[in-house]
Amino acid sequence: MIAHLIAAPVLLPAVVAALIMLFRRRTLRIGRSVSLASCLALVVIAALLMREASNGTVVSYALGDWHAPFGIILVVDRLSAMMLLLTSVLSLIVLGHVVATDLDRRGWHFHSLFHFQLLGLNGAFLTGDIFNLFVFFEVLLIASYGLMLHGQGADRLKAGVQYVIINLVGSTLFLIGIGILYGVTGTLNLADMAIRVPELPASDLGLLQAGALLLISVFALKAALLPLHLWLPRTYANAAPAVAALFAIMTKVGVYSIIRVVTLVFGAAAGSAAWAPAPWLLPAALLTTVIGFLGLIASRGLRELAAFALIGSTGTLLIAVTLFDTNAMAAALYYLPHTTIAAATLFLVTDLIIKRRDGGDRLIVGQRFAGSEPLSLLFILGAVALVGLPPLSGFIGKLLILEAAMPFASAPWVWATILITTFIGIVGLARAGSTLFWKPAAVGGEPNPPARAKRPAEFAAPALLLALLAALTLLAGPATSYAEAAAVQLFDPAAYVDSVLGGGG
Amino acid sequence: MSLELLVASTVGVLTAAGIYLCLRGRTFPVVLGLAMLSYATNVFLFSMGRLVVNQPPIFDKAMSDYTDPLPQALVLTAIVIAFGMTALVVVLALRTYLETGTDQVDGIPTPDERDEP
Repeated sequence: MIAHLIAAPVLLPAVVAALIMLFRRRTLRIGRSVSLASCLALVVIAALLMREASNGTVVSYALGDWHAPFGIILVVDRLSAMMLLLTSVLSLIVLGHVVATDLDRRGWHFHSLFHFQLLGLNGAFLTGDIFNLFVFFEVLLIASYGLMLHGQGADRLKAGVQYVIINLVGSTLFLIGIGILYGVTGTLNLADMAIRVPELPASDLGLLQAGALLLISVFALKAALLPLHLWLPRTYANAAPAVAALFAIMTKVGVYSIIRVVTLVFGAAAGSAAWAPAPWLLPAALLTTVIGFLGLIASRGLRELAAFALIGSTGTLLIAVTLFDTNAMAAALYYLPHTTIAAATLFLVTDLIIKRRDGGDRLIVGQRFAGSEPLSLLFILGAVALVGLPPLSGFIGKLLILEAAMPFASAPWVWATILITTFIGIVGLARAGSTLFWKPAAVGGEPNPPARAKRPAEFAAPALLLALLAALTLLAGPATSYAEAAAVQLFDPAAYVDSVLGGGG
Repeated sequence: MSLELLVASTVGVLTAAGIYLCLRGRTFPVVLGLAMLSYATNVFLFSMGRLVVNQPPIFDKAMSDYTDPLPQALVLTAIVIAFGMTALVVVLALRTYLETGTDQVDGIPTPDERDEP
């Protein structure tokens, strides 16, 4: 039974997405219930899978009973299970926010697109086959185009065209990378590739490395790593903030793919191709962090602010990932859920502020607005979480990263970057906070209560996300030991390979 | 002229043309460039199974020579996805043109467009 459950995170959203198309305008209420119920079911499924994976077994599932390396394989290990749970919890809360703020009334098929997006995300986290990774990437991208354009408007369309074009070019590069790797190794299955890469003749090494670097650059595009980050602020700043909150997990798909492909195929066992992309990634991650947090000071709009915060915190995450070391990876895997949830919180709070302020998205001093007291509390908690100040979990995450970076030659760079960018982040967010909440008091005048002021349900989603962060802080012990176990599992891919090629479940 | 040279130069020329067109400022050339890039990728994927002439794409113990069927399946998937994506970009570009009155990729009209009614 548990073996078949692995396919559920892919199948359930696919079925529900098609089903929800039946419920529109008048029966939207039913559509919403189905949508929320399916997200709740996904949380339960992910939790069950995580319990299964947490004892260290790698469970693989051969779709249609076509066994690896020929068939399509879904694999659950600790990392996949963690990503599934994170995705499902985040999507449930974001969906709750969407329903509470009526975003799904502003266009067609929101819930269908949302579930197709989940289908792509879950598939990408589960698949053990590089071509299927490409297919699931396409699924999640196509859905994200629809979600990003939801609600429309000229600015959103302009940013949408650029977003679609840059991702199409990325997909082309992805295919070329896959083609090269297939031409060299003769397989598309990641586990099979891990076995064949060390046995390759030296004459194929150049091609292999070219293929690996092409793939990694596509993942870096998704993760918004430095020279490839330019699409993100414009896209996320023009999408509806609730949608951008869900997109916070999309950069993590890029990070996940980097972790998976490099540790599995180009890990320590890969002979002369071992850690081929690593030397390029660390400097890029350091610079990404700097640019992201500097962007907090430079941004002129609230949504832009949140987008740069996402780039900066993903950069910090990538610093820990690209050290490619067990301890650093454990720190990264603890920091990963934190940064995703913190960035999503900031987007949701931004959404609520924009809806109430007369200044809207622009970071200028406006009139006081109704509900600014609870919003200022949510904003400061989100900001504290994002830059990694105590008491929330970002502090523990950054501390773990700094500690893990100690033995490396690059430690001074890592320490300097993380500490200085944290300070820059505080300055940037404090500036935004005082512009939004303090300076309007000097302007004076009565707060202008807009018609939608009395809707306490809207505050639930960001508050829930913050509660999750508090839980992650309180349960730091179990969470870090899970992250450590996941990192150990990643750096010893033998169990993964055995589970996939040994026939699996 | 060998088959390898022909296929390799086709891929090269298509990619070069695709990249050039993708870097243009208007959406129409960019869409054409994306199409060219996807053609180049498809031909490239084909050649990744090695170039074999006049052999069936099936594996059988009795068969000594065959062509690799997997790249053909991959190309089929890639064609379908690229086709759908091109359609989406065209619709999106048209919609943007109607909303903003320009088909510049960055949405900022050129001076001569601004003069038009």
